[in-house]
Amino acid sequence: MSTYRIQGATGEWEVVIGLEVHAQVTSKAKLFSGASTAFGAEPNTQVSLVDAAMPGMLPVPNAECIRQAVRTGMAIEAQINKYSRFDRKNYFYADLPQGYQISQLYHPIVGEGQLLIEADEKAGIAEDKVIGIERIHVEQDAGKLMHDQHPTMSYVDLNRSGVALMEIVSKPDIRSPAEAGAYVRKLRSILRYVGSCDGNMEEGSMRADVNVSVRKPGEEFGTRTETKNVNSVRFVMQVIEYEANRQVDVLENGGTVDQETRLFDPGTGTTRTMRSKEDAHDYRYFPDPDLLPLELEDAFLEECRASLPELPDAKRQRYESELGLTPYNARELTAEVETFGRFETLLAATAAKIGKPEAKVATQVANWALSVAPGVMKSLGDEADPSNATAEAQASILAMQDKGEISGGQAKEIYEIVLKSGRDPEEVAGTEGLKQVSDTGAIEAAIDEIIANNADKVEEYRGGKDKLFGFFVGQTMKAMQGKANPAVVNQILKDKLG
Amino acid sequence: MTDLTNLGVKDIRDGVASGEFTAREIAEAFNAAVAEAASLNAFIVTTPDHALAAADAVDAKRAKGEDLGTMGGVPIGMKDLFATKGVQTTAASHILEGFNPQYESTVSQNLWDAGAGMLGKLNLDQFAMGSSNETSYFGNVNSPWRKAGSDAAMSPGGSSGGSSSAVAARIAPAATGTDTGGSIRQPAAFTGICGIKPTYGRCSRWGVVAFASSLDQAGPMARTVEDCAIMLEAMAGFDPKDATSLSMDVPAWEAGLSADLKGKRIGIPKEYRMDGTDEEILKSWEQGKEWLRDAGAEIVDVSLPHTKYALPAYYIVAPAEASSNLARYDGVRYGLRDLPDGAGLQDMYAATRAEGFGDEVKRRILIGTFVLSAGFYDAYYNQAQKVRTLVSRDFAEAFGQCDAILAPTTPTASFPLGSLNDDPLTMYLNDVFAVPASLAGLPAMSVPVTVNTDGLPLGLQIVGKPFDEQGVLNAGLAIQQRAGFDAKPEKWW
Repeated sequence: MSTYRIQGATGEWEVVIGLEVHAQVTSKAKLFSGASTAFGAEPNTQVSLVDAAMPGMLPVPNAECIRQAVRTGMAIEAQINKYSRFDRKNYFYADLPQGYQISQLYHPIVGEGQLLIEADEKAGIAEDKVIGIERIHVEQDAGKLMHDQHPTMSYVDLNRSGVALMEIVSKPDIRSPAEAGAYVRKLRSILRYVGSCDGNMEEGSMRADVNVSVRKPGEEFGTRTETKNVNSVRFVMQVIEYEANRQVDVLENGGTVDQETRLFDPGTGTTRTMRSKEDAHDYRYFPDPDLLPLELEDAFLEECRASLPELPDAKRQRYESELGLTPYNARELTAEVETFGRFETLLAATAAKIGKPEAKVATQVANWALSVAPGVMKSLGDEADPSNATAEAQASILAMQDKGEISGGQAKEIYEIVLKSGRDPEEVAGTEGLKQVSDTGAIEAAIDEIIANNADKVEEYRGGKDKLFGFFVGQTMKAMQGKANPAVVNQILKDKLG
Repeated sequence: MTDLTNLGVKDIRDGVASGEFTAREIAEAFNAAVAEAASLNAFIVTTPDHALAAADAVDAKRAKGEDLGTMGGVPIGMKDLFATKGVQTTAASHILEGFNPQYESTVSQNLWDAGAGMLGKLNLDQFAMGSSNETSYFGNVNSPWRKAGSDAAMSPGGSSGGSSSAVAARIAPAATGTDTGGSIRQPAAFTGICGIKPTYGRCSRWGVVAFASSLDQAGPMARTVEDCAIMLEAMAGFDPKDATSLSMDVPAWEAGLSADLKGKRIGIPKEYRMDGTDEEILKSWEQGKEWLRDAGAEIVDVSLPHTKYALPAYYIVAPAEASSNLARYDGVRYGLRDLPDGAGLQDMYAATRAEGFGDEVKRRILIGTFVLSAGFYDAYYNQAQKVRTLVSRDFAEAFGQCDAILAPTTPTASFPLGSLNDDPLTMYLNDVFAVPASLAGLPAMSVPVTVNTDGLPLGLQIVGKPFDEQGVLNAGLAIQQRAGFDAKPEKWW
């Protein structure tokens, strides 16, 4: 249960949120034409006759887009509808060449599913929570208007016209800006795991329509507003904060919330009316007669399922149960495709190098990957060449550390040099003298000298002042210029001090 | 030598192949006939050079002993609903006036690949909406036929009225048509020629200006059943660019032609005996039964109980789809743009579409928009779709008892131009017998059988099972052989 509340003059208000996320499907070609979907091309260079809605042109579904939508549905444990249909949503606008968008109103390809957001105390999410997903449908994107190219005319770029989008509609299960943020991040993570959307919000590959209403806890849902096209997690959270507070103000001042479509202004962090319910379009949805209903065969569904990778929740659990990682480490490592990818490569390389099972070295590798390595990289700034951060080099450092050849501090120093120069870590350790001494002879000699020079302290220690052990360790390390293997030092000291 | 323009598709193809005449001689003869017949207003643009170039290519192939194609040397008229690369394509509308596509429709390309040439782009009812060819922006087409003892201009039917007029007048041996709710069969019946609408999906719709996507289907119009079989074979075929295209091989319809109907049962639907149907047409229907019986068929009574709901359902479904299909004509990317001074986007839409669409097109866009709008969708569009399902089921059940259905094509013969302009409902009734087969997506053909006492042609319609164009053509052939229809319009143009 979320405890997020807006404190109003008349008491506490609860916020009810539903999100419609539009995710661009990763595919080479558009939903119903062969034109390319690559981002950033010159205006109107990726437009087929179909995308420009020339007379007599017809849409033909792109099987890859359908496959990606089905795989996404499977990833959120949703019902996959073996029968679905495309409908036309009719309205006039200059960025919509056909005069209608092909979408799926009546029979979407994916039905009810769900998504887990994890407890995150820092963010104010007390416990794990399942957010229901209403549906996913597939539809065409529109083109883009450019208003700054001509003093009196607007220009139209149709490159995006016809690109496939998935609209992922949540249930009104979200109760705070933090939950909404966690939902979008988790959804983005799943899409990227599955490879059905690159999740790039800056390039517009993912954007959200944010539905917000407020109510006194336990009462019926209030009237909602929908804020369109919000394109970052932070903005989604800002919209909710602003809208919820605005609605509370309206209601507490005796007004009513209008069901309307609003726009977000990132500059001011506020929303404003785009169109009211009275101005709402009548989209005259009807089944697209150019397209037959979509019927998915079992073999196709099996292929989709077999192609799914291990998903974030399953991976996180496996990291905890099989690799013995802490919940924090497991969550951090599985949040993003790149992170777990790098981790798993490094884990495999390290285990192989050391000759131990992955589970035995996982914690060491996780700490390195999450904290040590990023720390070194950050401290070097521009001096580091990221291409030198190979799994092979890092595994080699971790293996030396595991064998006691180098200390944690030395590992960092070696890694710094490797990042700057690309040199081989073992060579660096040897050449730069960055190795621990495990040679018991040298350490024994040093310890013998320290014992001889500190007879009084030895007496005190033997008399029961255990704390002095640290003093002897420190003296020994100093004498060894920090290069002695601490475990060896400890052992010899214990033996000699008795 | 006989007048080459009296020849049909088969005669021309075989004559060119045998060297009786050259394809160029044929093309020149028809180009000349077309040029002479401007008063029919059958063509929006003529393309004599296209016809000659195609003919020369065929003659050159013959000289080299190569295959000439199934339509080798046959010049045809192309309904101006098919996009033709570099040749103006208007759908007989002002809004597309001057539009020259950068692409060729699949059906027209198939015909050129089979060795046919193009005489020109044929006039039609605007966006194929009409039953008299009076809604064209480029003026009405005149039928070559006239009532005995009258000079009144007659309707060639619609929407493929340019096609029917040209083929009946012998200024083209054949033409393409499209049929959404009778637009091939009704004009064929009005002008004494044959026309077949194949099963929905046989001919690709790619590159055909859309009217009502779930109904639109291309087909040939020619003077004999054989010519229709040859040309349909050239036009049809699976097209991956049309998601509703049938993924089936094209049968050898010409080779499969047979007028022997032994073992076949022909159904006579009692519901097609409607009030207001011309007595002479009812008489020709009786005659048709006799001919088919004579060809060996058994005649059986069948029932299509939802027939009377078909026309109202059609006039909901077709305008609904049209209202959406025609949204793309907005003045933004091609065609007419009317941008009044200081106007915004909405003003441009309004001005362009007000100026660019004719009254009948506007009427159907309004009807279609209405039946799809919130609050009316279930009562109209959804209800009409249910009726459509029932009409299809009627046919499926009837085909349990028969192999094909024989019915009149139209309730009346051709009427004088202008006589129905103020009465759209009576005009719509022209398609009452044609529409059910369209709603069910079935192959259907009109074959000329006789002339009435006014000297105007009458046609009979054969409706077949899905994919059974052969059965339809064969029954048509049996009627053609027995009817011996050889009436010709007297040349006045």
